[in-house]
Amino acid sequence: MDNDTQKSLITVNTDAASENPDSILNTEEFSIFYGDFEAVRKVSCSFFKHHVTAIIGPSGCGKSTLLRGMNRMNDLIPGCRADGKMIFDNANIYDRTIDVVQLRKRIGMVFQKPNVFPKSIFDNVCYGPRLHGIRKRSQLEEIVERSLNQAAIWDEVKDRLHTNAIGLSGGQQQRLCIARALAITPEIILMDEPTSALDPKSTTKIEDLIGELQKEYTIVIVTHNMQQAARISHFTVFMYEGDMIEFGKTQKLFTKPEKKETEDYITGRFG
Amino acid sequence: MDLRTRKLLDKSFSALGVIAILFMALFLVVILAPIIAKGSGAFIFRGTVEYRKLMFDIWNRGDEKALAEEMQIVAKARKPVYEMMDDFRRELAAMPSSERRKYRRALNDVEKNIENLLGPNPDDREPVLMRQRYGQTRWDMARKHLKDVLYATEWDYSGGMGVKVYVPRQDFFTGTSIEELFPYIEENIDAMMAPRLTLYLRFLTDDSRDSHFFGGIWPELLGTIYLTLGAMLFAVPMGVIAAIYFCEYAKQGLVISYLRICITTLAGVPSIVFGLFGLAFFLNTIRVSESKSVLAGSLTLALLILPTIIRASEEAIMAVPSTYKEAALSLGAGKWRTVMTVILPAALPGILTGIVISMGRAAGETAPIIFTAAVSVGKALNLDEVFTNPSPALPWNIYNLCTEHEAVDQIRHVQFGMVFSLIAVVLFLNITAIVVRARVQKNLRN
Ligand SMILES: Nc1ncnc2c1ncn2[C@@H]1O[C@H](COP(=O)(O)OP(=O)(O)OP(=O)(O)O)[C@@H](O)[C@H]1O
Ligand SMILES: [Mg+2]
Repeated sequence: MDNDTQKSLITVNTDAASENPDSILNTEEFSIFYGDFEAVRKVSCSFFKHHVTAIIGPSGCGKSTLLRGMNRMNDLIPGCRADGKMIFDNANIYDRTIDVVQLRKRIGMVFQKPNVFPKSIFDNVCYGPRLHGIRKRSQLEEIVERSLNQAAIWDEVKDRLHTNAIGLSGGQQQRLCIARALAITPEIILMDEPTSALDPKSTTKIEDLIGELQKEYTIVIVTHNMQQAARISHFTVFMYEGDMIEFGKTQKLFTKPEKKETEDYITGRFG
Repeated sequence: MDLRTRKLLDKSFSALGVIAILFMALFLVVILAPIIAKGSGAFIFRGTVEYRKLMFDIWNRGDEKALAEEMQIVAKARKPVYEMMDDFRRELAAMPSSERRKYRRALNDVEKNIENLLGPNPDDREPVLMRQRYGQTRWDMARKHLKDVLYATEWDYSGGMGVKVYVPRQDFFTGTSIEELFPYIEENIDAMMAPRLTLYLRFLTDDSRDSHFFGGIWPELLGTIYLTLGAMLFAVPMGVIAAIYFCEYAKQGLVISYLRICITTLAGVPSIVFGLFGLAFFLNTIRVSESKSVLAGSLTLALLILPTIIRASEEAIMAVPSTYKEAALSLGAGKWRTVMTVILPAALPGILTGIVISMGRAAGETAPIIFTAAVSVGKALNLDEVFTNPSPALPWNIYNLCTEHEAVDQIRHVQFGMVFSLIAVVLFLNITAIVVRARVQKNLRN
C-alpha cells in the first residue's frame, strides 16, 4: 500500500484546534525509569485545555508509561522513578509537597481494561465522591445521574443501579469506568486505550463521548488505532522507543509529518 | 500423541481421581461412623430408674409423683434380693467357722456387685461418694454389671498363659439359701431397673457430677468455646493486619521475604512446642495470670494459628486483581482507604477460609493448652473468670478421661460423647463460616 492510498483512508478531525489554546499540563525533559531502563526519555510537550491529545506509537514505546506518569500512577511500581518536570497548575507534580490524592482527584484516569469494582453500579460511581467527603444521599444521586448521563450509559442502567457492575457488558463497564472518573469532576482525563477491548459499536459510543467531554474536560488518550487518533484528537504525540519524535496538531501530523519515522508509522511501515 | 492415547490418558486420570475420592470417603466413614454411633450413646440411651432418680435428686427434673410410684414398683421387685441376702447372712452365722470364712468372702463379692448394680442397700447409710449413691443409670452398663453379679471371673493358668474364665456364682452357692438369688436377678432385672428409652440432650449443657460419672460436659464445651473464640479474638485482627502490612505497606525486600519464610516455618512447628512456649512466656515470664488460665491458653492457641491466618490472608489479598487497586488509587483513594474499601472486601472470602481452618484447629488442639489452660475437673467459668481461671476443655478432657480417669471403663459413653461433641463443634463452626463466606461472595457478585 503506498502513502497516498493510506492517507486517504484516514479522516482527520475537521473540528480543528483553536489558534491559541491554553496549556494545562507541560512536561519538561520528563523521563521515567524502570530501574535502569529509561522507558520515557526527556519528553517535552504541552497538553491543552479543552482539547483532545492522542499519544500514538508502536507497542512498548512508553505511551502508557508517560500517561501514567501524568497522575503518578507509576508510584505503585517498585523501582520506578521519574526525572525532569511535569508542570500542572504551576507546580511540578513530582514535588515532595504535592498531595497525590488531590492530584488524582484533578487528573482522573480510565484504563485499558474496564476495571469496575465488584460493587453496585451506584456504589461504583459514588466511590470517588464518597472518598472526597460527599455523604448526602441526594447529592450522590445527582452525581450518579449526571456522570452516567455524561458517559452515555444512563439509559441502559438507570433501572438497575443497585445491581452488581460485574454483570455489565465490557462496553458498558468501560463507560461506567468513564462515569466513575467523571464523578469526581477532574480537570484532565487520561485514557489508556479505552476502546481496545470493545466492539465497533461501543467504540463509536465512546468516541462520541470523548467529543462531548472535550467541552468541559481536557483529554489525553493513548490509542493504537490511527483512524481513531485522527478522528477524535486535536493534537497528537508520536513516540518511538521512549522518545517523543513529533508533537503537533493532528491535522498537520497526519497529513504533513515532519519526521520520517512519523510518516513511516502512520503509513503502516512499522509498528 | 494420537487421539486414542489422549483419551486413554484422560480416562485413566479421572478413574484415579474417582478412586482417590472413594478411598477418602471410605476413610471418613470408617472414622466417623463409630464416633457418631457411640457418641450418640451419650445422648440417646436406655436409662434406668436410677437415672431418673439421679436427675430428680440433682437437677429436680422429672415428675416427683411418677418417680415415687416407679420407685415403689422397683423396690417391690428388688425386695426379694435383699431378703434372700438377709436369709443367707443368718444362715452363715449359724455355720461352722471354716465354712463361714469361705462363704463370707464370696458373699462380700456378691454384695459389692449388687450394690454396683442396684445402688446402696436400702437400710445402709447414704454413701459419701455420689457414684455410690446410685445403681447403674444406663441399661447397657447395667447389663455389664449384671454379668458381674452372676459370674465370678477367674484366671485359668492351665494352658501356661492366663485365660479369663467366667464361673457362675450359683454353682458356688449350691445348697444354700442364696442359690435362688441369681436366677431371680437374671429374670427380674428388667423390673428392678425399669429401663426406658431416654433422650439426654442436656448432656451438652449439664455440668459433670462426681468427675464425669454423672451429668454432662458443659464446662468442657464452654472451655473449648472460650479458648477458641479467645484465640480468634487475638489471632484474627493480628493476622489480618500483619497480612495487610506485608502485602500493601511493607517495602518488598530481603527482610520481608525472610519474615515470610519464618512465618511459614512457624506454621510447621509442633504444637507441643507452642504449649511449652506458652507456659514459659505467658505464664512464667510475663505472667498474664497467677496460674493456668483461659487467657494464657487463648494467647498460646492464637500464636499457633497466627501463621495460618497470615498466610491465608496474604494469599487472599494478593489474589485481589491489581486493577481494583489501580482504579481506587486513580480515583484519589489513599492506601488506607484502598485497603478498607476495595482490597479487604474482595479478599474477605479467602480470609474467612483461613479463619475457618484455623478455628477448627484451635478448637481441637490439645498440646498447647495442657500447660497453659486445661484442668481435668472444673466448673463452667463465667466470662470474668477467664482471665484468671483455668478451665476444662474438650480436647484435653477426652485424653484425660480415656487415660487417667479412675474408672475409664465406666464412662466410655462420656468419652465418646465428648469426641462427638468436639467434632460437632468444629463442624458447626465450619458450617457457620462457610455460610458467612458464601454470603459474602454472593454480595460481591450481585
Ligand atoms: N512495570 C514495569 N517494569 C519494568 N519495565 C516496564 C514496566 N512497564 C513497562 N515497562 C517497559 O517500559 C516500556 C514501555 O512500556 P509501556 O507499557 O509504556 O508501553 P506502551 O507504549 O504502552 O505499549 P503498548 O502499546 O503495548 O501498551 C516497555 O519496554 C516495557 O517493557
Ligand atoms: Mg500501554
